[in-house]
Amino acid sequence: MENVFFKMSDVCKNYLVGGETLEVLKLINLNIDKGEYLSVLGPSGSGKSTLMNIIGCLDQATSGEYILNGRLIEDLSEKELAEIRNREIGFIFQNSQLLQKLDALSNVELPLVYQGIGPRERRKRARAMLERVGLEERMHHFPNQLSGGQQQRVAIARALVTDPKILLADEPTGALDQKTGRQIMGLFDEISSEGRTIIMITHDLKLAGFAKRIVNIIDGCLTEGEAG
Amino acid sequence: MIKYIRRFFSMLAENIRMSISNIFANRLRSFLTVLGIMIGVTAVIALITTISAVSTSISDSFTSMGAGQLTLSISGNDIKPGLNAENLETLKKIEGVVGLTPSVSLSASFVCAGERDTGISVKGVSDYYFVREDDLVKRGRKLNQFDVDRKNAVCLIGEEVLETFFYGENPIEKTVYLNGIAFKVVGILNEDAASDVIIPYTTALKMNSEAFVTSVTLYLSSPDISKSVTEKLEPVMDAMFSFEEDTYSIVTMEAIENTMTELLDMMSALLAGIASIALIVGGIGIMNMMLTSVTERTSEIGLKKALGARPGEIQMQFLIESFMLSMMGGVLGVLFGIILSMVMCNAMGASFSLSYGAVVLGVGFSAAVGILFGWSPARKASKLNPIDALRSA
Repeated sequence: MENVFFKMSDVCKNYLVGGETLEVLKLINLNIDKGEYLSVLGPSGSGKSTLMNIIGCLDQATSGEYILNGRLIEDLSEKELAEIRNREIGFIFQNSQLLQKLDALSNVELPLVYQGIGPRERRKRARAMLERVGLEERMHHFPNQLSGGQQQRVAIARALVTDPKILLADEPTGALDQKTGRQIMGLFDEISSEGRTIIMITHDLKLAGFAKRIVNIIDGCLTEGEAG
Repeated sequence: MIKYIRRFFSMLAENIRMSISNIFANRLRSFLTVLGIMIGVTAVIALITTISAVSTSISDSFTSMGAGQLTLSISGNDIKPGLNAENLETLKKIEGVVGLTPSVSLSASFVCAGERDTGISVKGVSDYYFVREDDLVKRGRKLNQFDVDRKNAVCLIGEEVLETFFYGENPIEKTVYLNGIAFKVVGILNEDAASDVIIPYTTALKMNSEAFVTSVTLYLSSPDISKSVTEKLEPVMDAMFSFEEDTYSIVTMEAIENTMTELLDMMSALLAGIASIALIVGGIGIMNMMLTSVTERTSEIGLKKALGARPGEIQMQFLIESFMLSMMGGVLGVLFGIILSMVMCNAMGASFSLSYGAVVLGVGFSAAVGILFGWSPARKASKLNPIDALRSA
């Protein structure tokens, strides 16, 4: 198990809605190797958000086994899950989810705060990461002073600053125009070429095409799709 | 271990920074919340400090008034309703007693130069009274032993009587009538005198047609011996009244002072209790604000959780915020409380002294309120499911 990077076996997720059991995920089996660029493609209501929450350790499966970086997720406490989210996973949300009260630099620093890293070191790393996404001129801008694309770049810098094993992106270009979206996808390509694992959740076939591997999710069932 | 301590302090510093920015982001709301706590603490501090100042000034005046005195109050029995002259001589000989004065009170009509007033309080005392109260006479002479022995019809009059009957006139050597008996005015009392007119007690007994004295003040050689004198006095008094019970009582100024202090302490506790209701209301204000804040910041909480904040750290953030709010209220409350009690002490003529106990109580109580009422909202925040929290954005 120590060597397993990412493995889901027979993962199910049920919700109890109004006394009825709703099967959102049905026996999901998914193996991902280190360095893969994968996209999960599915229409809304297919269960892809639920799958993302489980992959991101924000939620836990009803049954089945999920191993991430050699650790069985079901066994972990709330505290350990927080640590996994902090160290192993970099989240990128559809609407970037930046704290409006903090400037770009402080937003990027935030995950490092939860690692107990001192202010000087935090600042250094966050600065480097913002330079990496091309925002060296905008470090002290607040989110409302940044364009949508710039906000998403800050979010990407925040996701990468902890050097996570997996970059988990949920509709990363959903709130952006086509041109900006393409730029962000270009950034994803670069990140992937550096050997980082990327999982991108999307309903957009064109977007999914940027990934090296596509899996389809429909009605809670996962099927291997065609590579882009 | 060191890693965890570092993490804790890094989190603490970060949380304090965030709390300050949140408190200032909602200035008006924070101010109103702080105001609630501030009023409570101000009330507690002002009441405790003022009452303790009043209590000190009362006990000071008691000490200056009645140190080294014992008051005997005699109800006597059927045969002997009070003390006679021989008994008084016996009391004078008790070790530690330097002198005494009977105290005979009556209410009289006062007539002078055709003017008349009733209900004038007249007190009969011995010459020794003036030995102790040596600055009571403003003008004229004190009573002497001759006056007492001869039951002389002489009197000293107080300021009020002076102003009513002798406006601008010198009353000394003038004749006045108390209950129709002619008295010669020999002196004028200053404003500290407790009665309008003072006459020899023997004369007062005669006016009351009484032979016995029912109230005696014993003067002691030192203020510290009231206890030992009381112990010597009791058997003597018992013997005078055939060992019957409840024939007399001995009152020391200390006893009166103690009763007074007890009463004031009780009042202080009661008022502080009432004031602390204001603190509780302030606490509810904090809880309300924190609950609103948690709801408003649901997405922030969800995001932080997704980025790796542990439940305990989220709880800490909100707890620190409510703690800081209540401490701001506490510190302001202490300041205003001190100012208010200075004003109140000034108005009541008591000397102000800061009670550190009240300050500690005020600050400690507000800190406790912050933690107590912040706990449940903070816990609620820490328990938020990150998915639901993120979705609400």
